[in-house]
Amino acid sequence: MTALVTAFGLVFDPYTIFVILLSALFGLFVGAVPGLTATMATALLVPVTFFMAPVPAIASIVTATAMAIFSGDIPGALMRIPGTPASAAYTDESYAMTRNGHAETVLGADLVFSVIGGIFGTIVLVAAAPSLAEVALKFSSFEYFWLVLLGLACAVIISMGDTVKGVVSLLAGLLISSIGLDNPAGYPRFTFGSIELLGSVGLIPMMIGMFAVSEILRYAVTTEEHAEMFRKQIGNVFRGMWGLCKQYPWSVLRGSALGTAIGALPGAGADIAAWMSYAMSKKLSKTPEKFGTGHVEGIVEAGAANNSALAGAWIPALVFGIPGDSITAIVIGVLYIKGMNPGPTIFINNPENIYAVFIVFFLANLLMIPLGWACIKAARRILDVPRNVLMPIILLFCVVGAFAINNTLFAVTVILVFGVVAYFMEENGYPVAPAILGLILGTMLEENFVSSIIKADGRFLGFFERPIAGVLGVMTLIVWVWPLVKWLRSRHRVPATA
Amino acid sequence: MRVNDAIVGACLIALAVAILVHIQGYPLIPGQKYGPALFPGVIAVGFIATGAILFVRGLRQGAPLLVPGPWLTRPALVTNYLAVCAALVFYVVAADPLGFIITSIVFLGVLFLKFGVRIMVALPVAIVSTLVMHTLFYKVLRVPLPWGVLERFAW
Repeated sequence: MTALVTAFGLVFDPYTIFVILLSALFGLFVGAVPGLTATMATALLVPVTFFMAPVPAIASIVTATAMAIFSGDIPGALMRIPGTPASAAYTDESYAMTRNGHAETVLGADLVFSVIGGIFGTIVLVAAAPSLAEVALKFSSFEYFWLVLLGLACAVIISMGDTVKGVVSLLAGLLISSIGLDNPAGYPRFTFGSIELLGSVGLIPMMIGMFAVSEILRYAVTTEEHAEMFRKQIGNVFRGMWGLCKQYPWSVLRGSALGTAIGALPGAGADIAAWMSYAMSKKLSKTPEKFGTGHVEGIVEAGAANNSALAGAWIPALVFGIPGDSITAIVIGVLYIKGMNPGPTIFINNPENIYAVFIVFFLANLLMIPLGWACIKAARRILDVPRNVLMPIILLFCVVGAFAINNTLFAVTVILVFGVVAYFMEENGYPVAPAILGLILGTMLEENFVSSIIKADGRFLGFFERPIAGVLGVMTLIVWVWPLVKWLRSRHRVPATA
Repeated sequence: MRVNDAIVGACLIALAVAILVHIQGYPLIPGQKYGPALFPGVIAVGFIATGAILFVRGLRQGAPLLVPGPWLTRPALVTNYLAVCAALVFYVVAADPLGFIITSIVFLGVLFLKFGVRIMVALPVAIVSTLVMHTLFYKVLRVPLPWGVLERFAW
């Protein structure tokens, strides 16, 4: 109880509130400008949060990402360009509504159901994380080994597209994580005599490269001309929202629940949550034929899903140190820097900080109502900011931010290399998320494997002897073998039909 | 730019072989079977398996080895791409000798002009954003950004 009071004190400290408000504006701006994503907002915030106390640092990331996922909907409705990938699932639908003269309704629905989804996800986070942590306290290296392997499997399978390319991406992440001294033997691997590489490549510069520099490269070669923008005055966006809540209660609930679940699965975040719940909404709708013509139902469901996914992703991140999406992958790095090592003990050692994170989640989603409304009103101004001025400034910010982490120019080389690599990967259909997960979890995987195999005296069966480890192990094996079985069966069937 | 799966597959196999050769030099830990070579070794085997699948698939599809993206046929966009990379390289090379302020003004100014910002806008914006960034990181966050040739005028 005293921890809760302390937590309120930490959040409602004037400095923290100031940071939250600034981060909210930053998040709204980044989300609304096409080509800048919520993950990029996080990566750009890290160098600044580096110098803050833990609570304002985490608060700024929570607030900025929640705002960015909402405001990413705005250019979708006004210009038919998603502001962030999480809005891409229903961009066409939103724009169709605007063209039909329902701009207020679509923007209002984006805002209101983002808030509802965000709060739903937060409630699940608050309810689930501490009780999961109690279970996780009993985990040994065996359970963690399987859990990490299961998380990596999820990342490969959920990342939409090619499974083989997902595995390649994952392996590349694992390979990079093995660079440096940080391994059970303490032996410098793949350093080739470089002092910089002893401490591995550096997570934050790598993320800045993969999520920010790659986007700037994409902007630099974009062949699309500027899209037409809807310029009429936007009226009262809240009119009719209560009616929508009453009309689609199940959609809201389903979208929020699916979003939270997808968010909690490692490697899949808000964008995949939105695609899946838009598809589900269409499938279960009474009027599926209206989808695509400017129908609000799918927007209600998917708009709630992408915001609830944000909170869901924090569940495995806080409890196990396994990121639920690319944003929490960065957050885990920040938590380590701040001495709040993720894992079940964080709920015992730093309960006030964890409660503070929960309070910030509620606060950020509530703040979204007035600030989101203001952002919609100012949308045309934001969308008019010339991107040829904005992008070089962001690039310089990336450079200084990467430099600030360790004060070395090596970090600037890292952002260039990983920017180019991530750009190449996306061009060729290699999902980036598994690589990030491999990077974060590689060390954990190896350490838990080595300590488990020592405990088990070198017997692999030892990995299945504890009850939870056994269940997790069998689940992991099924998940890893499943794509193989499916592939063999499809090979078997092709000659039969031909 | 899309690269045929066969090429990527072949590169992955080559990388895997390089890893396998490299880790032969890693020490064994006395009394233990699993040393620092194990983890990279497993990754290399994974690369060989996925590389082989991609290689075979790429050959079967018979797609061209390289499909240039639409931007590769437009010189202005190719130079845009190169300008972003060159700007970063320039920063790495110039930041220490020239100092943050001069390097950044050049960095921003050149990119602005390359992206089609008018010079009357580009120069003032480059100077102002450099100074804002310098104040934020050097003064507020105390990041030791280099002064370079402006050392004597440091503020």
